[in-house]
Amino acid sequence: MAEHHGHRHRHRHRHRHGQRASSYHDALPIEIPPGARKIVLAGNPNVGKSVFFNALTGLYVDVSNYPGTTLDISHGRFGKDVVIDTPGVYGISSFNDEERIARDIILSADLVLNVVSAVHLERDLFLTQQIIDTGVPVIVALNMVDEARRNGREVDHRLLSRLLGVPVIPTIAVEKVGLEEVKQQLFTATPGQPTPGVAELVDAFAREQGIARGDALLILEGDPVIAARHGLPPGDKREEIYRRRRERVNWITSQVVKETEKGISWSTRIGRWMLRPLTGIPLLILTLWAMYQVIGVFIAQTVVGFTEETVMQGYYEPAIKAVVGYLVSPDSVVGQILIGEFGLLTMTVTYIFGLLLPLVLGFYLVLSLLEDSGYLPRIAALLDRLLTGFGLNGRAVIPIILGFGCVTMATITTRLLGSERERRIATFLLGLAIPCSAQLAVIISLLAGKSWLLIFLYVMVIFAMLVIAGTALNMILPGQSTELLIDLPPVRLPRPTNVLRKTYFKTKHFLTEATPLFAGGSLLISLLDISGGLKAIQQFLRPLTEGWLLLPKEVATAFIMGFVRRDFGAAGLYHLHLSDLQVAVALITITLFVPCIASTMVIFKERGRKEGLVIWPVIITIAFIVGGIVSRILHWLMPYGLGAGVAGVAAFFLMLIFLLLLAAFFRKRVVILKVKTVEKQG
Amino acid sequence: MTLDMGKKGQKLKIVAINNDLFRAQALRFGIAEGETVICEEIIPAGPVVVRKNRQEIAIGRGMAKNIIVEPAQ
Repeated sequence: MAEHHGHRHRHRHRHRHGQRASSYHDALPIEIPPGARKIVLAGNPNVGKSVFFNALTGLYVDVSNYPGTTLDISHGRFGKDVVIDTPGVYGISSFNDEERIARDIILSADLVLNVVSAVHLERDLFLTQQIIDTGVPVIVALNMVDEARRNGREVDHRLLSRLLGVPVIPTIAVEKVGLEEVKQQLFTATPGQPTPGVAELVDAFAREQGIARGDALLILEGDPVIAARHGLPPGDKREEIYRRRRERVNWITSQVVKETEKGISWSTRIGRWMLRPLTGIPLLILTLWAMYQVIGVFIAQTVVGFTEETVMQGYYEPAIKAVVGYLVSPDSVVGQILIGEFGLLTMTVTYIFGLLLPLVLGFYLVLSLLEDSGYLPRIAALLDRLLTGFGLNGRAVIPIILGFGCVTMATITTRLLGSERERRIATFLLGLAIPCSAQLAVIISLLAGKSWLLIFLYVMVIFAMLVIAGTALNMILPGQSTELLIDLPPVRLPRPTNVLRKTYFKTKHFLTEATPLFAGGSLLISLLDISGGLKAIQQFLRPLTEGWLLLPKEVATAFIMGFVRRDFGAAGLYHLHLSDLQVAVALITITLFVPCIASTMVIFKERGRKEGLVIWPVIITIAFIVGGIVSRILHWLMPYGLGAGVAGVAAFFLMLIFLLLLAAFFRKRVVILKVKTVEKQG
Repeated sequence: MTLDMGKKGQKLKIVAINNDLFRAQALRFGIAEGETVICEEIIPAGPVVVRKNRQEIAIGRGMAKNIIVEPAQ
């Protein structure tokens, strides 16, 4: 049984990461001209690697995406040699996508420029020592010496160089201090002093198997992928090697670091405030409010109003319609597909550049600011408790925050979660209960000026559904979610170059990934429209809207349109003269309803066809069931006033949550009892 | 005792980490069996924040229950 399960899991794993598993050269989508050396940049997250990358390569940089990941790897030229960037990692192994990629690039390097933060020497040197243990030539840039000095820490770089056995150059990259020296001395990189006790082990194993030292090290450290490449079983020495390396790093750090003072700095204090619920929660609410002002108000209304209406619909669409209309008749099938209501050249282009681009840019800008300042990992820690109830951990705040921007984009980022189980849960919750910004704008304008009870009703039902679906999925789905383990870097003012760079790459990546999805979606809708399928579906849905949701039959059109473009859907409700109650019911149903055709496609793409065929209908069914229940409760209690209706709905959902928590509690008890019996028997 | 039972500001020596993958990941951050860490913050019912020198990490409550510690001077 266990074996069977293991096999199945492996199979799936291979399927997902198939392209990576072959060899580094296949996995590395970068062309290396003959005779060029591969200079690889490596370091922990947020140590300023990108500044070194820019200094070495100048303006001409290429970006390649790693198959099956969200990761873009930059590479450029330094003279006749090639410089390759790697994702920030704490070590190289197979713990996540970043590590796997960094590992493959580092193992194939001719020399590694390792950027190390002087502030975090004991953390960063673990990676340095691991790279040195692979036997590749290394040169170290000891970065942020200014920040370390401000924190009362001096690092003796000469001694560090002697102990590591590789050149060490102190730098302040953002001020360009030391960059020239790094460039000049790049090729003085040498293989360093390996960890005592580990070197002997690795050398013996490498000789015995006739393989490279780096591969030998990683196999001994139990890396399954590298072991499989050589047809060997993964080794069981990880614990021992890591421990010896950690001891050596601690010893080196104790030798080279001189702490001058140990006062609590402002950054430590702010960091604490962010973590403590009493101060952290108000701060988080304030941050979210500021985010809403920037993205929800300024970008979604002012900027999008200009880009979508003025630029795209005002200038672009008439122009493209005129040009294409000259070549093909707008009424022909081809004409409709290209420049019709849902046209590839009209709606898709307007949607992507007029609406999504500014929003996604705004969201990634805010996210990069939160990340670079060190606030994001603290939000993750603060909200960890809430999210573990849903079978997620604090890391899931990233896709959830992004979901309020664009669910399609957020679903793609679920890849960063630690297990398949978490990716599954997060994808479902995003599809069900997170309204994207395009939709939020319309929802807000429809609810604006209405009774606060109605706004409360909407927010309560959506939030209750998030809690119910999360808790239920956590109960039902087999397997285990991973626990939070997150580095809390010191809080600092974000560095503009870092922030802009991250925003640029993430936005660009999103657009390249999502454009085909949106185009495919529009094409599908166009074909449905031309073939009359769209009308048939609207007709088919009428009993559901009129009979069950107690809404006028025209709402069916809004649902269909909502699927094409979420905001179209809600906007369609403007013209229907609905009662306040009907507005609330329609908005609740549309929010819970699967986001849009692009997000449906991304659900299928990320989760596979089988799982998509479960997730998608289940979400739609839930949307209609909940919408109908809310509608009926409101209608029954309306004679007693709106307050009574809202209270009735609230009571219903509270009861549902209570029952669910009760079930979860008993289930836990049963599991504990089982474990105890097993322990006793054992 | 386990890590989740630690008190804020307490110095704790890590005796055992009962999870292989986590032990390896924690070693990279310098949090290892035999090391002494300071319990910096306990988010109610949530993660435990520990510090060793300048390195701070947040550890999920479920994992903290699998980390055996003892008070250190």
